[in-house]
Parts: sequence; structure tokens; C-alpha cells
Amino acid sequence: MDYFELLLLGLLVVCGISTCLTRNLLASLIIFMAYSTIMSVLWALLKAPDLAVTEAAVGAGISSILLFITLKKLRDIRRKANDEKDRLS
Amino acid sequence: MKKTGFLERFRAWDEDRFDLTERTTGDLNRPMRPAPTDRTVSDEPVQRLAAGEMRAFSRIYPILAAILGVVLIAFLLMTVYDLPPFGAANVPADNEVPARYVRDGMAETGAVNVVAGVILDYRAFDTLGESHVLYTALTAVLILLLSLRDAEPEPDPEDVLMRRDGILTTTAALLVPIIVLFGIYVLLNGHLGPGGGFSGGAIIGAGLILYAIAFGFTRLERMLNLKSFRIICLVALCFYSVSKCYSFFCGANGLHTIFSPGTPGRILSAGLILPLNIAVGVVVACTMYGLYSIFQRGRI
Repeated sequence: MDYFELLLLGLLVVCGISTCLTRNLLASLIIFMAYSTIMSVLWALLKAPDLAVTEAAVGAGISSILLFITLKKLRDIRRKANDEKDRLS
Repeated sequence: MKKTGFLERFRAWDEDRFDLTERTTGDLNRPMRPAPTDRTVSDEPVQRLAAGEMRAFSRIYPILAAILGVVLIAFLLMTVYDLPPFGAANVPADNEVPARYVRDGMAETGAVNVVAGVILDYRAFDTLGESHVLYTALTAVLILLLSLRDAEPEPDPEDVLMRRDGILTTTAALLVPIIVLFGIYVLLNGHLGPGGGFSGGAIIGAGLILYAIAFGFTRLERMLNLKSFRIICLVALCFYSVSKCYSFFCGANGLHTIFSPGTPGRILSAGLILPLNIAVGVVVACTMYGLYSIFQRGRI
């Protein structure tokens, strides 16, 4: 196997584990995006270019954007709850 | 503020770093109150009980997760060990069916890209069913998300416009035309090279999302609102179903169809594959943008 593929596979494992173990949710999402990007390069190396294009657009692009928006919404909800608590106290 | 709960500590990572949103969207006239330093007496036992449960749970959880992960990895590694090597000649899947796809696929479907020929011609019945499953799932998601619209009024999209900065708008103005053009290229060349309806539609959708992030929804809304979203999805899916039903009927009964494979390699060839790719791509692009819009502001 090529050394480049071995490097990519090792990075894939590192990204997968650190996505789970990162406490910071924003950093976890960014590592997840890196995981998708590495996966798309691997698809291209496995001679599946259409899968590579789809993985780059959907995995690294759109699903990450939806997760980022979810994170922002969670922060808004928490801020609203904090405001309520401030007003009540 | 005192953080007690496990989840609260876990989620408290960005409280201090991101008070930019607080500054721009928060109510400026709100009187600043000191944060409560102590809890009321009544919910103290509940808090302590919840914290204790959470601590016990967080002690057992990593051990269980590790055992489950090791078992799962062992099963997967056993399966991978039994697989034939990558690219081997005598695998069970390599029988007369792929041989025929590779040998006669271009002459029979007119598609240079054999994958597109298999997906949208030989196995078009499966793809038709899959697209309807996807559309049903999307409809369920839209019903769930759009029913929450009235419950919580969303902030005006104009404040997104006010917060935009120069780097983002300049980059988006340079990149969005290229991204959308590349998406259209992938979409239209699905029968000639790698790509096709889903990939092209996803790329176009990503370009639209980037435009919406940079310049706000107001300009996109003239072209893409809930009404046009419904019309586009309905027309594309009806076209898909009707044309494939016609194709199945003619193919099953050995009749002559008006769709011919044409000359392989030309852009206007491969019969139904190009129009079906366009239909799928338009639906996927609208769906990606629509999901982003619903997530971001609660409506399309």
C-alpha cells in the first residue's frame, strides 16, 4: 500500500477518535469536517471520484453547516434561559 | 455563576468566548443584573440528586462504551479479514452481470459513465424507489420543522445582513459563481464523467448556502421561497416518475421508445439519463438550501 494512503488512514483514525474525545463542541465539529475531507481524498484514491465529490460537498460542507447552526441555536436557547434566570432572581 | 450540573459544565465552553452575539442581537436596554451566586433552598436536594446520578452514570458510561467499541471493532475486523483483496479477479460479485454492464453498457444506454448507466437505466427502478423514500423522509422533516414555526418567532433576517463582514462577502462574491458553475458542470456531465444529479445538486446547494450566509436571505427569497420550492420539487418528481413509467412500460413490452441512446460522448445523448440527472439535481439543490433556511430562520 502506498505511504500516502497509510498516512491518510492513520489521520482518519486520529480524527475519528479525537472527534469523540474533544470536549469543545466547535473543535469537535471542525475535526469532523477534516475527517470528511480525508475520506473524500481516500474515495478519490480508491477510484471512486463521484463518491469523492459527493462526500466533499455533503460530508464536509452541508452536514457541517447544519451542525454549526444547531450549535448556534443551542447557544441562543441557553442564553435565553440565562436571561430568564436573571430576570427571576 | 456557579456551574453545578455535569451537562452544564460540559456545555459551558463558549459562554465567555462568544459574547459577540450577545452584543449584536441582545437587548441593550436590559438592566445588567449580577448573576445569582446561590440557589434557592427548594431545588437544592434535586440538584444534588441529579448531580449524584450524573456522576455515577459518567463513571459507568466510559467502561460500557469502551467494551461496546472493542466488540464492534472486533466484529468489523473479522469481516474485513474474510473479504477478498481489493481488485482481485475472482470475487463472487464479478459474474456475468457486471461483465455485461462493462461490455455492452455504452452501446445499450449511451452513457460513457457506466455508473450513471447502471443507476439511471439498468437499475432505474431501484433509483425511482429510493428517490421516493428520500422525498418522503424530507416531507416528514419539513412537517416537523415547519410546525415549530409559529411557536417561536425567529429574529429578523436583516440582522444577518448587518453583521456581515468584508472578508466573507468578498470571498463569497468570488467563489459562489465558480461553485455554482462547477455544480452545473457536474450535473450536466453525469453521463459522460464522474458526478451526476446528486453530486451536482449538492454542490449547487452548497453554493446557494454560501451566498445566503454572506448576503442574507432577502435576495434569494425572490427566487426561492416555499411556493417555488413546492413547484420545483413537484414538477421534477412527477417528470421523473412519469418518464420512467413510460420507459418501464415500453421496455417490458418490447415497444419502441422515443428516447434513444444517441451517440455516446455527446452532451445530448444517453436518452433519459441527462433529463433525469437535471431533475434529481434541481430537487437536491432546493432541498439542501431549504434545509439550511429552515434550520437558520425557521422557514423557507
